[in-house]
Amino acid sequence: MDISNYLYLSVILFTIGALGVLIRRNAIVIFMCIELMLNASNLALVTFSRINGNLDGQVASFFTMVVAACEVVVGLAIIVTIYRSRRSASVDDASLLKN
Amino acid sequence: MLHTAFHLGLTVGRTATPEAVQFWILAPLAVIAALGILVVKKAVHSALLMAWVMVTLAIFYIAQDALFLGIVQIVVYTGAVMMLFLFILMLVGVDSSESFVENLKGQRVPAIIAALGLGGLIASLVGRATVAGPAVGLTAANADGNVQGLAKLLFTQYVWAFEVVSALLITAALGAMVLAHSQKVRSPFAQRDLSIARFRKSSLGDAAGLPASGVYARHNAVDVPALLPDGSPAPTSVSQTLRARGDIISSSSFALESIEEQED
Repeated sequence: MDISNYLYLSVILFTIGALGVLIRRNAIVIFMCIELMLNASNLALVTFSRINGNLDGQVASFFTMVVAACEVVVGLAIIVTIYRSRRSASVDDASLLKN
Repeated sequence: MLHTAFHLGLTVGRTATPEAVQFWILAPLAVIAALGILVVKKAVHSALLMAWVMVTLAIFYIAQDALFLGIVQIVVYTGAVMMLFLFILMLVGVDSSESFVENLKGQRVPAIIAALGLGGLIASLVGRATVAGPAVGLTAANADGNVQGLAKLLFTQYVWAFEVVSALLITAALGAMVLAHSQKVRSPFAQRDLSIARFRKSSLGDAAGLPASGVYARHNAVDVPALLPDGSPAPTSVSQTLRARGDIISSSSFALESIEEQED
């Protein structure tokens, strides 16, 4: 098996995450798909680190994890705030500005 | 050239056979789980599949000599982030399964086509990439240990990014607190307010409180309505929640067959 297979796996997972953001309507599931995309890019970074023989890719992956954690905290707080006022976690129901 | 059968173009170097076996077992499972996130109805099931994908990725990190990241992946992602997701799911309602009715008409098919296009684009980019030589591997970089190597980079070359990230973490924590804070519009009902409200109602029927459950029904559980003097059940004696759920046991099921049974 070639090491580049990890990169292709990362591409597949990233694509599935992007597709999930496009077709799911539950804000929490959309959030999980964003996490999936971040995880897929982390896998690519770790693989690059192995290919190039230095740890810079792993450091970048580490920073991605920290940013992902921040993003989850703020994003879930927004979802809870929307849920409090609209009683729904669906992105279709947050359409007050439409029309 | 037999090994080229399984990859699409980019050749960087071969892995050991055990790692290949591990990859071909776990990678399809990860992809299936990721696809499952898209199709399952309940958000809780999505969260469980997501946790599985994250654990699989942690195994891949460890297999690729990124021991620290593998452990952090399990501790931070599977441990903290997924728990946070599950907490929010419990807050929002576990059974909030979404409807698959399309609000935007005909949006799903273009979305799938766009995602396939994106995947094909990135995959072809990876396939056409060239690397300077065969994969170096991390044996030399990890000579002092993976954690030591990462720490050396973090606290020398990347120390500025590290400090900025700490500011980001504090801002995110503060932002979450501000967003989650809700101002009380009015003071909550105390016992005194409830008592006044009972006496201000049009009838004084329940001014002394609602009847207790199970009275005269030969059974004193909370889901058995009390019996009124004429033998009919009193619906107000059972909690409103149980009434809404329909979890009420009819008091007639405990009724005596006849007066003789009572005398026994």
